[in-house]
Amino acid sequence: MTDDLRSLPLDALHAELGARFAPFAGWRMPVQYAGIVEEHRAVRERAGVFDVSHMGRIYVSGPAAAQSLRAAVTYDVASLAAGEAHYALMCDDGGGILDDLFVYRMAADRFLVVNNAANAEIGREQIGRHLVDGAELDDRQSTTVMLALQGPASAEILSGSVNGELPKRRRCAELSFGAAPLFACRTGYTGEDGFELIAEVEAGSGLLSALLDVGVTPCGLGARDTLRLEAALPLYGNDIDATTNPWEAGLGFAVSLDDGVDFAGRAALEATYALPIERKLACLQAQGRGIMRPGLPVLHGGQTVASMSSGGFSPLLGVSIGMAYLPVELTEHGTELEVDVRGKLLAASVVPRPFYRRRKTS
Amino acid sequence: MNIPSNLSFSKEHEWVRSEEDIAVIGITDYAQDQLGDIVYLDLPSIGTELTQAGKMGEIESVKAVSDLFAPLSGEVLEVNQAAIDAPETVNEQPYGDGWLIKIRLTDAAQLDALLSAEAYDELITREMEENTD
Repeated sequence: MTDDLRSLPLDALHAELGARFAPFAGWRMPVQYAGIVEEHRAVRERAGVFDVSHMGRIYVSGPAAAQSLRAAVTYDVASLAAGEAHYALMCDDGGGILDDLFVYRMAADRFLVVNNAANAEIGREQIGRHLVDGAELDDRQSTTVMLALQGPASAEILSGSVNGELPKRRRCAELSFGAAPLFACRTGYTGEDGFELIAEVEAGSGLLSALLDVGVTPCGLGARDTLRLEAALPLYGNDIDATTNPWEAGLGFAVSLDDGVDFAGRAALEATYALPIERKLACLQAQGRGIMRPGLPVLHGGQTVASMSSGGFSPLLGVSIGMAYLPVELTEHGTELEVDVRGKLLAASVVPRPFYRRRKTS
Repeated sequence: MNIPSNLSFSKEHEWVRSEEDIAVIGITDYAQDQLGDIVYLDLPSIGTELTQAGKMGEIESVKAVSDLFAPLSGEVLEVNQAAIDAPETVNEQPYGDGWLIKIRLTDAAQLDALLSAEAYDELITREMEENTD
């Protein structure tokens, strides 16, 4: 049971920082340090750092890398220029979503795929199955560390700790930390400006210590979830899975159907795309006290119309927020609903997505 | 972890401060620390008859929802509305302004079965050891 959990390479450092750990996707993960709300606010106001080394990191290289990877994911990654990044999905042949991921084109012949820890194996298999001659796969999950530095002060802080020009939003670049190479992606899962940083374990450890030394707040999975929820970013397994389709989830931008490539799930997705959307992932905000949690029934006019896919407390708004797949006719902003919280009805209304949008500075 | 010696404790991590047949009930410092940021309290209303060990409400932190169990049988006389309005008070002052309810005991003999501060300290020490294994 707990003995089978994998520990992060920097587990001892997290323990020293006072982390509370919990199992997540087969990993012993830091859930919180000082407290979820405090960590959440640090990211919204300045900067926080998360150890996300549990996430999958798969490199695809070679002259046929673009062609191979394109066939494994929903987005036309071959259209990315070197240094660009894009969100994509991985689907089965029936169009069911197997995972969501980020693809970084490091160079013309080299890509990095970052996927969910729980689906790391599925991703490796699917990419492996689509490899053609001239492309190879390299799984670097266990030999590297991945840190997410997130918050409005991230760029200023990072530029003081590393060498090289920081990438712009949704781009990536090779930097260095001391003498060690550091791959920096200006992406994240919090709704803030920030970077995801990959380095060999020793350099990653040094970088984490350097960030903490300049006052960056260590953050755990608890704050990661409240931050992503305010930004209305979907969580695989909650908001998207094999039974949801990209358009009802608001993820149509992750699917390219016009390049003519026969990627996994294409035929099924084309058929889905041709049909009208019947339900949409909508944002709900509670009007009273009480917390909406995943799985709770959503009612309209006394009838159950959906169940919460995500839900929790928003430190920013001071009330509960969440998402649910609502029939499209109920997705208009201001629609009044009720959430059945273990027998008590909590009033909630449909609000614009996302709940929180950062002020654009870059 | 703060465990005031003048209070009694339940295995469900509640504290009790009693005087004759009146008891004030809250959750312990250890409980609030384990829960993390508390964001919602669902407490019984005034007049409710509580049964010892029965569910009397819910407490929610950012992380999760937990049931509250009545450490003693009795009638609810007062409910801490200030804590309902500002649940973080329970984190900040679990033994003070963060108290939950005041009850009139049905059976004062039930007090004898509660834990002393010393016994409660042993209980949470065991729990913490199990958690770090």
